Amino acid sequence: MKEQRTAWLLVAPALGSILLIAMFPLGWTIWESLHQHDLRMPWLGRPFVGLSNYATVAGDARFWGAIGHTAFFAFASILLELALGLVLALAMNRTFRGRGVVRAAVLLPWAIPTVVAALLSRFMFESPWGVVDVLLTRAGLVDKPVVWLAGAQIAWVPLILADVWKTTPFVALLLLAGLQNIDRELYEAASIDGASAWWQLRRITLPLLKPAIVVALIFRTLDAFRVFDLVYVLTGGGPGTSTEPIALYTFNTLLQNLEFGYGAALSVVVFAATFGLAMVYIRWVGGVAPGEAAAR
Amino acid sequence: MSGRVWWRAVLTALVLFAAAPFAWAIIASLTPGAVLGGAPALWPRNPTLEHYRALFAVRSFWLPIRNSLVVAGTTTVLCVSAGALAAYALARLEMRGKRAILAVILAVTMFPQIAIVSPLYMLLRAMHLIDSYPGLILPYVTFAMPLAVWLLVGFFRQLPRDLEEQAMVDGASRWQVMRRVVLPLSAPGLATTAILTFIYCWNEFLFALSFTLGPERQTVPVAIALFRGQYQIPWGEILAAAILATAPVAIVVLAFQRRIVQGLTAGAVKG
Repeated sequence: MKEQRTAWLLVAPALGSILLIAMFPLGWTIWESLHQHDLRMPWLGRPFVGLSNYATVAGDARFWGAIGHTAFFAFASILLELALGLVLALAMNRTFRGRGVVRAAVLLPWAIPTVVAALLSRFMFESPWGVVDVLLTRAGLVDKPVVWLAGAQIAWVPLILADVWKTTPFVALLLLAGLQNIDRELYEAASIDGASAWWQLRRITLPLLKPAIVVALIFRTLDAFRVFDLVYVLTGGGPGTSTEPIALYTFNTLLQNLEFGYGAALSVVVFAATFGLAMVYIRWVGGVAPGEAAAR
Repeated sequence: MSGRVWWRAVLTALVLFAAAPFAWAIIASLTPGAVLGGAPALWPRNPTLEHYRALFAVRSFWLPIRNSLVVAGTTTVLCVSAGALAAYALARLEMRGKRAILAVILAVTMFPQIAIVSPLYMLLRAMHLIDSYPGLILPYVTFAMPLAVWLLVGFFRQLPRDLEEQAMVDGASRWQVMRRVVLPLSAPGLATTAILTFIYCWNEFLFALSFTLGPERQTVPVAIALFRGQYQIPWGEILAAAILATAPVAIVVLAFQRRIVQGLTAGAVKG
C-alpha cells in the first residue's frame, strides 16, 4: 500500500504536466469546435453552433486540397526515405571501417532544426542563381534555369528532397537496428547453398526486417502528417495554396485568420486522423513494455 | 570483393549527399554578399566574416541564442528530473494502472502539436505568459516529457535489480537507494535522455512561433525563419545564422553519436 502511494507521488509531476498541457487543451479544442468563435468579430460572441463547423469542413475545398497535399507529401517522401534508408542501412551494416564517420555524417541532417534544413534547401533551389540550377544548366540538362518555387507541381521537388535529406538517416538507423538483430548464420547457410545476394535480400533480409520497416513506416507517416516547419519556411504553402498541408492550413485559420471555432474543428480532424494511426502503432509495439521489445 | 567496393561507393555517395549542403552553406556564409550564389566553389574567393558580424551587430542574434539556451536548458532539466522520478516508479514499483499510464504517455508522443495550439494560446494569454520564458517552457516540458519518461523506463528496466535489493536488505531507504545506487548507474541513460530532449527543444518551431511576439523572446529557429531584408532575402546572414544554429547540435551529435543512436532506436523500436 505504501509503495503504491510512493509510486503515484513519483509519477505525479510528469503525468500531471502531461494531462494539464496536453489533455485539458484537447478537451478545450473539442468544445471550441462546437462554437462559432471569430477573434476578428468579437461582437458575435461565441454562440454554440453544434456540428456546423464540421459540416463546413466537409465541404471546404481548401481543406480537401490540404489533405491531398499531406497524403501526397507523406507517400512520396516516405517511399524515397524507406528505399534510400534501406540502402544506407545495408551499406552501414556491411562496412566496419569508418563507421563512426558515416554515422556522424548521416546523423547531422537529422539533428539540425527543420527550419535550417528548409532554408538550406531554399537557398540551393533559388532561381536562377541557386546551386541546383547552376549545376543543371552547366551540365546541359536544362536549357534555362528551372523556377522551382513558382510552379504548383515543381515546388514539391525541393520540399520532398529536403525532407528526404533530413529524415533518411532516422529511417536508416531504425532499419540498421533491425538488421543487426538478424542472425548472421542464416546468410552463411544460404551462401553455402549457393543462394545469390538478391535471393538473400528478398528471402532473408526483407521478411525479417519487416517489423523494423513497419515501425519506421508508422513513425514517418505520423511525422509527415504533422509536417509544418518545412513547408512554412520553404514554400509557405505556395504558390497559392498548392503545397499547403493540413497543419499549415489549420495554423493559418487559427493564427492568421483568427477563426478559432473553425480552426478548432480542423484541429480535431487532424487529431482524430493522427490518433487513428497512433492506435495502429500502439497495437503493434505498445503491447510490449519498453526494454522488452528489442528482441522483436 | 567487388561487392565490398560497390557498397563503399554507395556509402560514399550517401555521405556526400548528407554533407554537401552543409559544406555549401559554410562556404556561402563566408562569401561576400555581392557574389553570393552561382557555381559552388571549393573555397570562397575573398572569404569574409561580414555576414557573421552583421548578424550580431545589426540583428542582435545573441538574443535568440540566449532565449533558446534558457528555454531548452530549463526544459531539459525539468524533463529529466521529473521524468526520472516517474520512470523509476513505472519501472520498479508496485503500481496499479501502470499499463494505462504507459499507454497515455505513448499516445502523447504522437500528439499533433497543431491540435492544441489555440487552447494553449488562450491559456497562456489568460495567465499572461505569452512572449515569456515560462510560456514556452511549460508546453515544451509537456511535449518532451513523454519521450523522456519512455526512454528512462527502458534504461531503468535494464539495470540489475540485485544491487538495489542488496542495498534495501542493508537497511537503506527507497530514497537512498534511488540516490546512491540507481542514479549513478543510470547516468548514461540520463545523459542520452537529456541530449535528445535538448535537441528537441532547440529545434522546436511551431510553439515558439505561436507563443512569442518579438525578438525579445524568439528562439533561434523562429528568428532565422523570420529574417527579412529591406529589398531582398538576406541570404548571407541567414546562412551564417543557420551555421550558428547548427553548431551546438552538431557538436553534441559528434561527441555523443553512439549514445544518440542507442537512444533513438530504443525510443523508436521499443516505442
